[in-house]
Amino acid sequence: MRCFIGIDLGSTTTKAVVMDENTQLLGRGITNSRSNYDTAAAVSKQEALIDTRLTLFRRGLSAVPEVSGKVDSILADLERNFRHVQFLEQLDDLEQTCVRNVKGPRYVGKETGVNTALAEVFKQLRQSSHALFQPGARRKSDFFRDLAGSDFMQFGEPVARDAGLPFDLLVNVYDKSIIEVENRPPAGDMEGKFLRALEKASGSGDIDSASVVKPVKDALAIPLEETYVVGTGYGRVRLPFPKEHIRSEILCHGLGAHMMYPDTRTVLDIGGQDTKGIQVDPQGIVENFQMNDRCAAGCGRYLGYIADEMNMGLHELGPLAMKSNKTVRINSTCTVFAGAELRDRLALGEKREDILAGLHRSIILRAMSILSRAGGVKDQFTFTGGVAKNEAAVRELRKLIKENYGDVTININPDSIYTGALGGATFAVRAVVN
Amino acid sequence: MSSTAEIMARCQGLFEDLNYSDARAWKAKVPGRKVVGFLPVYVPLEMVHAAGCLPLGIFGGGDQLEVIHGDAYYQSYICRIPRSTIELGVTGRLDFVDGMLFPFVCDVIRNLSGIWKMMFPNVWTKFFDTPQNFDSSIGGTYYVHELQELREGLENLTGRKITDDDLRRSIKLYNENRRLIREVYAFRAREPWRAPTSEVYVIMRAGLMMEVEEHNQILRDYMDAAAREDRPQRDNVRVAIYGSFCEQPPLNLIKSVEMAGCYVVDDDYSLVNRFLTEDVPTDGDPLAALAETYLKHSVETSCKYVPKEEDKGKFHVESVRKSGAEGVIYATPSFCDPALLDRPMIAHRLTEAGIPHINFKYAENSGQMQPIREQAGTFADSLKLWS
Amino acid sequence: MSEAIKEKSMLLQKDMISRNYEAITSKHETGRKVASTFVPGNLNELLMCFDIVNNLPEINAIQNGMRKVSGNYILEAEKHGHSEDVCTYVKADIGMMGKGNIAPNGKPFPNPDVLLLSYTGCYTFMKWFELLREQYKCPTLMLHVPYEGDGHSTKNMRDYIVKQLKEVVIPGLEQVSGVKFDIDRLRQYLKNSAKAEDGLVWCLEQGKIKPSPIDAYFGGVYYIGPMFTAFRGTPESIVYYEELMKEVQARIDNKLGPVTPDGTPFNDQKYRLVVEGPPNWTNFREFWKMFYDEGAVVVASSYTKVGGMYDLGFRHDPDHPLETLADYCLGCYTNRNLPTRVDILAKYVEEYEADGLLINSIKSCNSFSAGQLMIMKEVEKRTGKPGAFIESDLVDPRYFSAANIKNRLESYFQMIEQKRRGTGKAA
Repeated sequence: MRCFIGIDLGSTTTKAVVMDENTQLLGRGITNSRSNYDTAAAVSKQEALIDTRLTLFRRGLSAVPEVSGKVDSILADLERNFRHVQFLEQLDDLEQTCVRNVKGPRYVGKETGVNTALAEVFKQLRQSSHALFQPGARRKSDFFRDLAGSDFMQFGEPVARDAGLPFDLLVNVYDKSIIEVENRPPAGDMEGKFLRALEKASGSGDIDSASVVKPVKDALAIPLEETYVVGTGYGRVRLPFPKEHIRSEILCHGLGAHMMYPDTRTVLDIGGQDTKGIQVDPQGIVENFQMNDRCAAGCGRYLGYIADEMNMGLHELGPLAMKSNKTVRINSTCTVFAGAELRDRLALGEKREDILAGLHRSIILRAMSILSRAGGVKDQFTFTGGVAKNEAAVRELRKLIKENYGDVTININPDSIYTGALGGATFAVRAVVN
Repeated sequence: MSSTAEIMARCQGLFEDLNYSDARAWKAKVPGRKVVGFLPVYVPLEMVHAAGCLPLGIFGGGDQLEVIHGDAYYQSYICRIPRSTIELGVTGRLDFVDGMLFPFVCDVIRNLSGIWKMMFPNVWTKFFDTPQNFDSSIGGTYYVHELQELREGLENLTGRKITDDDLRRSIKLYNENRRLIREVYAFRAREPWRAPTSEVYVIMRAGLMMEVEEHNQILRDYMDAAAREDRPQRDNVRVAIYGSFCEQPPLNLIKSVEMAGCYVVDDDYSLVNRFLTEDVPTDGDPLAALAETYLKHSVETSCKYVPKEEDKGKFHVESVRKSGAEGVIYATPSFCDPALLDRPMIAHRLTEAGIPHINFKYAENSGQMQPIREQAGTFADSLKLWS
Repeated sequence: MSEAIKEKSMLLQKDMISRNYEAITSKHETGRKVASTFVPGNLNELLMCFDIVNNLPEINAIQNGMRKVSGNYILEAEKHGHSEDVCTYVKADIGMMGKGNIAPNGKPFPNPDVLLLSYTGCYTFMKWFELLREQYKCPTLMLHVPYEGDGHSTKNMRDYIVKQLKEVVIPGLEQVSGVKFDIDRLRQYLKNSAKAEDGLVWCLEQGKIKPSPIDAYFGGVYYIGPMFTAFRGTPESIVYYEELMKEVQARIDNKLGPVTPDGTPFNDQKYRLVVEGPPNWTNFREFWKMFYDEGAVVVASSYTKVGGMYDLGFRHDPDHPLETLADYCLGCYTNRNLPTRVDILAKYVEEYEADGLLINSIKSCNSFSAGQLMIMKEVEKRTGKPGAFIESDLVDPRYFSAANIKNRLESYFQMIEQKRRGTGKAA
């Protein structure tokens, strides 16, 4: 089948969306952007295609009466097993890479010892991976680096100690290798891995009958043709795409918001690095846009500084600010001055939650100015970006929109991180189908 | 007899009121009355008064106004006063103002006059360009014509003529106002503990939002009350503050400087009614009198050209001597071209005259006072050590 | 970057500029007097009447920006107490003095004999020359040109300028130069000016043709060179504009676009823009490339009007020599009020059939920049064409963010493209 793909190469994460020719969403994928944009694009695309397969399985299984009501758990089983197969494959790659990297003056004479220790660590990693992919197991991240890294450290230390080796020899070889592995384009044969996952899953749980295997195999047999790919985001110029396949993130963002909420006319996106106000027409085409000027005051990054300054996690700021019922007026959205103003307020005896409420308000005030610059807020209004997940910011935004623009429908999608990629995929469809 | 507390309550109320309720009430009291707003740094208020209008000082939004729409009109490298002034306009706070005068301060305020024309086409808006040539026959001739144009604009707004006698009457009142202000400044320079700048400043700002007759009475009452009241003298140093003629600092900044151990004995806050330093003659042609006083007897400030190199900064040095200040704080709004471009030249002159000086920047909505307190405090300490 | 390809008119201009720098730096040998003055309100014909050589600090700053030395000069000035907030032309100039005051020809700039403070359209000029005066302690002649706050000049303004010319500027220049003022000499120069002005206007107006044979911004800064600097009123400038007209005509005949610095004619013009605001000089070629790489040609600009708005019909008039200088000064672009600037830009968008107005907002230059967002809104409203806003600085390399500007330009061009294709079948 024809697949239309949008890839949004952001500064921290890269997102991909796959669509069919009727602009039906098939799959989504996300990965960390790394230093290698090509790989990030390839990984996110592969993730979105995996997600697409799962969608196709779901479609296939929905026609099978015997599994009615059990599709979700079947798919979860299948994905779990697939992830495990994929994880083991990457572990193999990591092990081989580690072995290759045991060289240089530091390792002279210790090669055998290090290699033996590595073999032991990887053996343990493989064993423990079963638990990691158990039904119901919670993984703290879906990125290979995060999963493999912490276990490697946990198992590596005792192994090194027992072998009488300095632990940093192992750490060193790991650090070098994980970057290589991470920046290698993802291995192919997704269908083969799904088949292996299917075998592993068969006989256990819900996946025990031909009624499941057949539709899944049928779905796997459908070729996924990459008909058209559109790239967007800050790193878009680094994508290995011809120029006509690249769209600015503003255009993609506008169209993506339109796809999520077709009645959207105004979009606000507050990301880490910038704030954008976008007006779109009834077809999702951008009519006007404004971004924060050269000074990045009041962007998401500002909250990062505040969190550091207060010695708190970024995600704790919003909830604490919600506890305030007296907003302190904060006048500086300048990240450089924010720290000074914050300390000044604390010294004056203001409460942390009240100061935080003020800080959230000041970010939103700044965004309101950008919206005003872009031509105001029209119904409906869609709010996207990392800051849209912050309840204190959302509360202030709702208040100020109401005060300045009256009753406006405000859309906030929990998956708004995919807005740009969604717009990109839609552009891909429009490029071919229309 | 009012106390300083009563006087301050009246002035503070006016100063803080971003809805300009008093000016609104003034206008509503007599049908047909007009209010004419003006920005820093100088307009001939007597002309507006003679037209029967209330001249209303618009000095930005201070630190209590949240600016949303105003920011949409300005880049981050432009000062704050035009943003908050636009915010006052678009939020309807100035919807009763019939005319706006934008004096020559800098390109930002100049261009704001054009924005105002486009945004509020029903408001009579004028950019008021005073001469930079100070020869009576050249700059004077030009200025008399400009004043005549201003007069005609006001006549057009109100529908009534401004006679020379009207003007002379107004000039007298404003001469009185300027005399009283000079007295208050002299009083503060003599006994700064009796007339703290956090009060004097608010009285001056409020004075630009009320009828001049009332302000004259307030000035008299304040001096009486302040002289009567027993206020403790502190071991403060005496400083002059310059560079703050357009966008105004938050009141907290002035208080912070005082709390840090400085008596402010001279300043150039908002100027306007201290711009002319001597009485305007009330005999002869009033326009010529206003022009001649502007040319020959007005302050030196960054928005006026100084024809002779040797005269640059002379006014500041003389004012420091006259007020008995021990040092100068050159405090400028961020991105204020006139004040910041002048800063090195004024600093050189102060150094030549052996007057210690420091400088810092602020915005009308500056929130963090700690750095201000620290700098002013350190300056105060060092002045004590030197003396 | 390779050496830029230059056309004959550019070589002519280059030669004129280097001869002028030679005249400035050799004043001690030749005994000629040197005046410093500004581009807007530049009274070159008048200076010529006194055999005074014209030195323009703005042009020196631009030269230093393009030669990538302005950054150090700015730092030097900031080290000596100049604020990071203020105009970088001023700081580049002052910093250059601190670093030996070396002219582009490698010889030291001599001190000027007079500062002709023709104060037109920009507040900073006044402070700039007060600062220079403090250094040089030389005579300073102030010519105050009132701002057209109500959108037009008045008789009072004109009389005021003429009076200053008669009673301040001319006697002052006579004193400095020892040359008696001869009004007929001025008339002759003004006649030359008017002729060259016809040539400049003709060239700029060819932006209306498709494909445009000129780039009215990046190319435009070369076209205005002689007219805005030390050559208006000279016979050489007439020759220059004749040559430039020939080049433009040849491109029209062959349906060619302007020549880019890499030597190729820029024919594949997808977007036609009107640009407001001065260019950035430190990254001039990189900046230009961002436009032609995307297929964007500038068909009209306001920057090419800072030294006079000849396209609106003004010509120096030898029959009214002093009055014409007054009118010239009053009419420079930045001396016009904002509603007038909106009128002019909206007219350009329409008459030059542009896709929209792009504003390059310059940090240094409040005269241009304060109010540009309002200008953009108004021009969008009037023309129905989308505007775009980018930011940079004149000669401060710290304020040029290529990625940021590129991102906005691309978004803007793609938006135009989308709109053009119409809704629905957009791709």
